[in-house]
Amino acid sequence: MTQTASAEPKKGSALKRSRGGAAGDKVFSNTALAAGVIILLVLAFVAIFLVTESLPALWPQVFSNQDSIASADTFGQYVLPLMGGTVLASIIALILATPVAVGIALYISHYAPRKIATPVGYVIDLLAAIPSVVYGAWGMTFLAASMVPIYGWLHNNLGFIPFFAGDPSTTGRTLLTSGVVLAVMILPIITSLCREIFIQTPKLHEEAALALGATRWEMIRMTVFPFARAGIISSVMLGLGRALGETMAVTLVLSPGVFSLSLITSGRNATIPSEIALNFPEAFGMRQSELIAAGLMLFIITLVVNMIARWIVSRHKEFSGAN
Amino acid sequence: MSKRIDARNLNVYYSKFLAVEDVNINIEPRSVTAFIGPSGCGKTTFLRTINRMHEVIPGAYAEGELLLDGDNIYAPGVDPVNVRAMVGMVFQRPNPFPTMSIRDNILAGHRLNGARMSRSEADDIVERSLRGSNLWNEVKDRLDRPGSGLSGGQQQRLCIARTIAVSPDVILMDEPCSALDPISTLAIEDLINDLKEEYTVVIVTHNMQQAARVADKTAFFNIAGTGKPGKLIEYDDTSTIFSNPANEETQNYISGRFG
Ligand SMILES: Nc1ncnc2c1ncn2[C@@H]1O[C@H](COP(=O)(O)OP(=O)(O)OP(=O)(O)O)[C@@H](O)[C@H]1O
Ligand SMILES: [Mg+2]
Repeated sequence: MTQTASAEPKKGSALKRSRGGAAGDKVFSNTALAAGVIILLVLAFVAIFLVTESLPALWPQVFSNQDSIASADTFGQYVLPLMGGTVLASIIALILATPVAVGIALYISHYAPRKIATPVGYVIDLLAAIPSVVYGAWGMTFLAASMVPIYGWLHNNLGFIPFFAGDPSTTGRTLLTSGVVLAVMILPIITSLCREIFIQTPKLHEEAALALGATRWEMIRMTVFPFARAGIISSVMLGLGRALGETMAVTLVLSPGVFSLSLITSGRNATIPSEIALNFPEAFGMRQSELIAAGLMLFIITLVVNMIARWIVSRHKEFSGAN
Repeated sequence: MSKRIDARNLNVYYSKFLAVEDVNINIEPRSVTAFIGPSGCGKTTFLRTINRMHEVIPGAYAEGELLLDGDNIYAPGVDPVNVRAMVGMVFQRPNPFPTMSIRDNILAGHRLNGARMSRSEADDIVERSLRGSNLWNEVKDRLDRPGSGLSGGQQQRLCIARTIAVSPDVILMDEPCSALDPISTLAIEDLINDLKEEYTVVIVTHNMQQAARVADKTAFFNIAGTGKPGKLIEYDDTSTIFSNPANEETQNYISGRFG
């Protein structure tokens, strides 16, 4: 058995000399680390602020000199209907927006000739730039009114479904209208993210499907959708995040009230962000704590939604095409 | 099943650019035909017109006739989807569907036709196709694992299995071994030899030994210069092309005196 002699490379040998790039690597990795730490710190401060300010509302007997919170017997009674309304409005928005967004994105990425695809893409991006107060004003003045006959029809024909039971609104300022406005607002985000992802589907795989005799739609189902799965979920979650937190549009459109499954009645339901926006300026003491605690609940909902999304994405990692 | 291929006065364009000019060729069923020639001479382009895959590229179109057992695939009313179901294709880089298991990769073509099949029929197809591509023994215990977890050579054989699973009449291969090591290359060459029992095989290759090893007939394409169209220069028995070509360009190319 022979053994080649091994030795530490000498000082100054080419193996040990560091190149200019190495310093760059170090600078970059430190900057990235610092940025990451700052983000975590900011998040931690927000969480700490939310929790400390909410404590009096969460547990009044201990953290305040009152026995109960101001607007209800318990905090749960106060916040659960608000959470229900928030989630309901966001789900309506998602159900309406996702298929449309995915459809438009597919049309732009795989069907439309380039001459049409590019301008359509610009228009969608432009929609994303419209401030939410404009959407709110549009929803309140135009959309709400034009939804009234639809609500009548829904009530007469589908009134047996709890969502369409109850008196149809005569102003149209309902949770369903809010949901539609939210859907229009999140449509551009989902669309442009999906489009980006659809375009990135490897040509190689698309051609593999086509060469097997797939039609364009079959090719999309075999390659584009599986490839874009994680991306679609992420973009929908981003849209959901925006819908959950949207304040102005809902505040302008919805005439709020108690929680109800009926989506077509005015003076029902409210969402956490608009509840906070409407009441925070005059709130102090316990009322303020309640509102901040409601905000904390929204924070938790968003966090949970994101965790679920990550879990869904990671479940199929092996088959994701990333390897 | 196996079909003969006849190209008649075939021109292929990328928008205004004439990439391949006036190809006339008759390819016998149950044979292996190799396309050789310098880079950019239109081998890939012509190959892709045999199953109308060039149409995937915006602006690409073909003129002339391409007959599969006498039926012109460019006749009006012919659906390229049907053409591609008859003429399978294996690509330069292995491209199994990464989101599918090995098994699903092979059944992908059948699922397209919407054929409802029983579990045992599906198992049969999977086993037959994998045996047909000499891959069965290597993967039979992990059919439910993703196809992208195989080695490059195995992936390429998986792609061949996927192609033969739908029993095409013709199999086109565009440099199927260029991303593979010599052992995997030999495995694929053996496979090509078996495939011609049942299929018409057309293979593009830059490796002249490979052409000499696998092909019954060889077609030499050449290009006069950049921006000029590629042309079919000579088409004959492989032994003739490599030992005694009629054309001087062919002679120069196979002897390495090129350009
Ligand atoms: N998508 C395309 N758009 C425009 N021109 C193209 C396209 N693909 C190929 N061409 C042109 O067509 C000609 C033939 O190309 P082709 O890919 O068929 O050559 P090839 O013989 O397969 O070369 P290689 O041996 O390098 O693969 C070349 O001039 C090339 O630039
Ligand atoms: Mg090529």
